[in-house]
Amino acid sequence: MTKNDNPPGPLSTKGGDNGSAAGAASGFVAGPALGRPGGGAASAKAEDGARVIPIAVVQPAVVSPTSPTAAMIRTLGLVSAICGLIIVGAYQGTYDAVAANKRIATERAVFKVIPAAQSIAEYVALPGGGIAPRVGAGDTAPGGVKFFAAYDAGGKLAGIAAEGGAKGYADTVRIMFGYSPDCQCVVGIGVVAMRETPGIGDKIITDKNFLANFNALDVKLKADLSALANEVKAVKHGAKINPWQIDAIAGATITSRAVGKAINDSAQVLLPRLVPNLDKLRSKS
Amino acid sequence: MNSSTAVTWDEFMEGVWRQNPVFVMVLGMCPTLAVTVSVVNALSMGVSTMLVLIASCGLVSMMRNITPKEVRIAVYIVIIATFVTVVDYAIQAISLTLYDALGAFIQLIVVNCIILGRAEAHAAKNPPLPAMINAAGMGVGFTIGLLALGTVREILGAGTLFGAALFGAQFQPWVIMVLPPGGFFVLGAWLLLFSWIARRKLRKQRGAPLEATQNA
Amino acid sequence: MHESAFQIFINALLANNFVLAMFLGLCPFLGVSGKLDTAFPMGVATTFVMLVASLCAYGLNLLLSAFHLEFLRLISYIVIIASAVQLVEMVLKKYSPKLFRALGIYLPLITTNCAVLGVALFQTAREYDFAQSVTFSVGGGAGFTLALVLMASVRERLTLSNVPDLAQGTALSLILAGILSLSFMGFAGLGG
Repeated sequence: MTKNDNPPGPLSTKGGDNGSAAGAASGFVAGPALGRPGGGAASAKAEDGARVIPIAVVQPAVVSPTSPTAAMIRTLGLVSAICGLIIVGAYQGTYDAVAANKRIATERAVFKVIPAAQSIAEYVALPGGGIAPRVGAGDTAPGGVKFFAAYDAGGKLAGIAAEGGAKGYADTVRIMFGYSPDCQCVVGIGVVAMRETPGIGDKIITDKNFLANFNALDVKLKADLSALANEVKAVKHGAKINPWQIDAIAGATITSRAVGKAINDSAQVLLPRLVPNLDKLRSKS
Repeated sequence: MNSSTAVTWDEFMEGVWRQNPVFVMVLGMCPTLAVTVSVVNALSMGVSTMLVLIASCGLVSMMRNITPKEVRIAVYIVIIATFVTVVDYAIQAISLTLYDALGAFIQLIVVNCIILGRAEAHAAKNPPLPAMINAAGMGVGFTIGLLALGTVREILGAGTLFGAALFGAQFQPWVIMVLPPGGFFVLGAWLLLFSWIARRKLRKQRGAPLEATQNA
Repeated sequence: MHESAFQIFINALLANNFVLAMFLGLCPFLGVSGKLDTAFPMGVATTFVMLVASLCAYGLNLLLSAFHLEFLRLISYIVIIASAVQLVEMVLKKYSPKLFRALGIYLPLITTNCAVLGVALFQTAREYDFAQSVTFSVGGGAGFTLALVLMASVRERLTLSNVPDLAQGTALSLILAGILSLSFMGFAGLGG
């Protein structure tokens, strides 16, 4: 074993693989032939030498080009197989819990903007008009707008919830708003994601006067149902005169404006497609 | 037996104190500064990193004898990415709120220099058990670093601890502390504190001469 | 919701600067910002790798989505980034040995730069299309370079001033970074 500390060649670490009777024989020849000082010791302790002197010493030119490549491929293959198994295992193992979590999170967000809601169903408003139930977790068709129909305990339509987003002060502000078909107005909002300045921009969640804007924000459609009759817009604090305007928070005008734009952009696309089809959603299917 | 316990304890403490990844080696800065706006975030980030660190170092160590050195970095990265994916799904399954709070930084654990550094410098040369103990030490050290930042930033920036209000309603939070600049400032302040302590210790040991050289 | 190319670029460059607002790529930011001569090439090299990584990630994501293999996203991104870095290294070595020598030691480091993986992950999470992804990666890279160059300039000036012994090194860099970050906050709201 002492020989192992003074390996004769760079490939000696692979000696373990090649250790055999042949190794002993070749080592016996190679040692003196190459003039290694350790050769004599190896022959004196033949048993030790059999384990430490590799064939590679004798034929370095033949073994070295193929052997490292094979080792690389073998190791990378093994690692990939192990890692693949682990990842797929984790994905399968957590799939149900993750799906359940996502559903609960969505439900909670919808229930917040439509308090009467007890259950929800997902729909897509198609680009050419019309609506279709959304199946699976796959991507929505291009141009389609996702929305949720919320039903109360009796299975009657309580409202529609949809998401919208617009650039705020720091980053995109994503909100969910509830739409009531009865009054044709927005009846509540909730923030899905934002990175607005704490203490200033995040007042859109806490400021009672601001949230009061969304008790009945007017989003009536034009008579021909092509677009909103009046654009939803945030106006300077204290300047609200019409039911489709949002009274901005003093000092957080940009964030307030983002909320208005998010509702407007989303409603302009969604409502013209949705309103003619409302009857299909009246009761839970 | 006694000496072997001492050795493993030493392995563990290396990462916690002497080679603390945050305060001494200044590694893995991105998550350190980005997620430490609250104690809960800091703790979850620390624990996630620690789990990835222990598992990756264990596997790297087990594979150390069959990994040719030409492809070792690729092997380490694949192993680390695997465990990060696992942790990513685990957090999604546990709490989506937490997942949203940590954002992309869970997946960015992959490129945390601490893990690759440990795999290369320690796990590739040691048997699984010491490697994992050393990794656990590093993970604990990292978590302590994150907590040190998270606590200060949450108390000053939001006036809360673990989400519970500490001060009365008249408290005006020092908002800048939970914004990006606050991260830099708080870590800078901690480093100043540590170097001041180290300086004092050194001065006590050596006495006056050091002071003289400093002023010169 | 559609963001214009200009908005994405300005946001990635200034308002949501990768280094100073998103905390991505801090290791090179603190490590290679000592001298202006090295900071600028490093920034350019990183920008280039970010662009390559962004293109690869875009293609890869299409492929993974088509086969519903989203759970392999992270592992394939990191492998492709590592390969992209290697590729850039080889191409540079062959066609521009001078540049290769100048960047030599920094190139492999880019693999573990979170800004590069960050670009790939963020463009996926925000569902950017092809043009948006490219703009985002170039803007992010330019922002990274800007932060690195600013920091290096300040640090070069600081070598001439009398800094307390205690604050030398990383602590000073961090406090500088904090002040830079504070000034970059002024860009928020831009490009809205």
